[in-house]
Amino acid sequence: MARAVSTRRKWITTVVAWALALLIFFPILWIILTSFKTEAEAISTPPSFLFFDWTTENYGTVQERSNYFRHFWNSVVISIGSTVIGLIIAIPAAWAMAFVPGKQTKNVLMWMLSTKMLPPVGVLVPIYLIFRDVGLLDSRLGLIIVLTLINLPIIVWMLYTYFREIPVDILEAARMDGAALRNEILYILTPMAVPGIASTLLLNVILAWNEAFWTLNLTAANSAPLTAFIASYSSPEGLFYAKLSAASTMAIAPILILGWFSQKQLVRGLTFGAVK
Amino acid sequence: MGRITLDKVTKRFGEVEVIPPLDLTIEDGEFVVFVGPSGCGKSTLLRLIAGLEDVSGGEIRIDGRDATEVPPAKRGLAMVFQSYALYPHMSVRKNIAFPLRMANMDKAEQDRRIESAAKVLNLTDYLERRPGQLSGGQRQRVAIGRAIVREPAAFLFDEPLSNLDAALRVGMRLEISELHERLKTTMIYVTHDQVEAMTMADKIVVLRAGNIEQVGSPLDLYRSPRNLFVAGFIGSPTMNLLEGRAAQAHGAHTIGIRPEHLDLSRESGEWSGVVGVSEHLGSDTFLHVHDTGLADIVTVRASGEVELRHGDRVFLTPQADKLHRFGENGLRLA
Repeated sequence: MARAVSTRRKWITTVVAWALALLIFFPILWIILTSFKTEAEAISTPPSFLFFDWTTENYGTVQERSNYFRHFWNSVVISIGSTVIGLIIAIPAAWAMAFVPGKQTKNVLMWMLSTKMLPPVGVLVPIYLIFRDVGLLDSRLGLIIVLTLINLPIIVWMLYTYFREIPVDILEAARMDGAALRNEILYILTPMAVPGIASTLLLNVILAWNEAFWTLNLTAANSAPLTAFIASYSSPEGLFYAKLSAASTMAIAPILILGWFSQKQLVRGLTFGAVK
Repeated sequence: MGRITLDKVTKRFGEVEVIPPLDLTIEDGEFVVFVGPSGCGKSTLLRLIAGLEDVSGGEIRIDGRDATEVPPAKRGLAMVFQSYALYPHMSVRKNIAFPLRMANMDKAEQDRRIESAAKVLNLTDYLERRPGQLSGGQRQRVAIGRAIVREPAAFLFDEPLSNLDAALRVGMRLEISELHERLKTTMIYVTHDQVEAMTMADKIVVLRAGNIEQVGSPLDLYRSPRNLFVAGFIGSPTMNLLEGRAAQAHGAHTIGIRPEHLDLSRESGEWSGVVGVSEHLGSDTFLHVHDTGLADIVTVRASGEVELRHGDRVFLTPQADKLHRFGENGLRLA
């Protein structure tokens, strides 16, 4: 419903929104600015905001010292791999929960979500030992498995809410038209849920991309993604703020760009069910 | 072939028995209408036949074969839903082609059937459109097209016209009846609208609370309703049901007389009353007569030209051979 909003109120809302957005974005902006400073300027007080000698030297140094593209590729493989496998498992699971719910469906959903409430460090030691014994430490496959399992509850929940919005009549029509379950999911449900699946996919890629706890603890050199790449610029080599910032900027840039171009999908995905 | 037999079919949702054991035979090529008030179990019964619900007991046979455990995809039945249930992401052509694609039919035969169905249903110009770009009537025709291309053993219609406006409903009603004439395929049609039931059916099944109240041709039900429920449900406007002294005079607990079976006079008659509202339909006039001492309102059908006004005194006489007599238990008296 449209409601008349006074010009003054519009102005106030706009200013507040911009202020909040800047406040939230400021750390990222600061990282990006710092990455173009020299190490001396990076720690100078008072800090210079825009008027300093802009340099790209940090980026060169970072790429020289550690192979950015290898880490980048690891991040891509791990985040997309875990998301795709997660979707393959979650689509049939969410289908079952949305369209043939049993008495325990709600409980199963809550139980799945409850696993997200457990601090990950609680299962670090057993998982580490298992991974060591089966040879999955410092492997991309190992990380894909862990991240798939960690994000699966969220994928199932999101898809479940999307699927619930699809009229069951249409699926029944497909059944009457001779579609076996596989075809019903493949040709009817999935294409109809594309917007939902897309935002689930995006959110998951972002979650997996930014995941630091498991990636830092289960990798060393071979399969380390960008999170490990950033971490390698912290304490052991002293505090090189400018280089650390350059590394961070390089690590977050891909996901920032992805997020920027898909923000419409993301917002719809995150608010789905809440606002219709 | 599409002979469908229900043998002691039962449906329970948890503790609630929505369909008590029920027997029914639908002959090949018959147009059968399930009719009843909302919640009477007619849609559930249709879904049991379709296989979209599991039966709790009994057996469903299609052409003599036990289909009770057969999944809907394998029963060889086609269904048209109230909501049309078209696939929104597919063009009309792809919607109609879907069941053929699922049957792995070769492309040339698919195209031939789609073209012929589109022609029958006046959809040729719309084949490349999406369902969202069609009107309600066109959508319903696409749904029917999707059902006819696969040449099913029987068609199941679940209140297919409820979402259409009144004018369109009458048109589609005719189209479906014509389709039945042409295809001669068994059709099972669920509606709560007794006019649809009367105009379309070869056989009407009147349901109440999951029980079959009466099965028969439209005229059977109109002429000799088996009980008060059927008497009150079939016919429009509804039958006048009178108790008390009027009924006792005819040796019954309740008597029923249809508005069209009451003779109207200004001078004399068996009962008298005062005209309330008169509804002029052009061809007919329905008078609501008050103060008869029989019931709140007695409805009478008069000719379209009748010049009676609010407050006029009239006399009514039931046509003796059209009077329905019911006993205390609500059943028809011989």
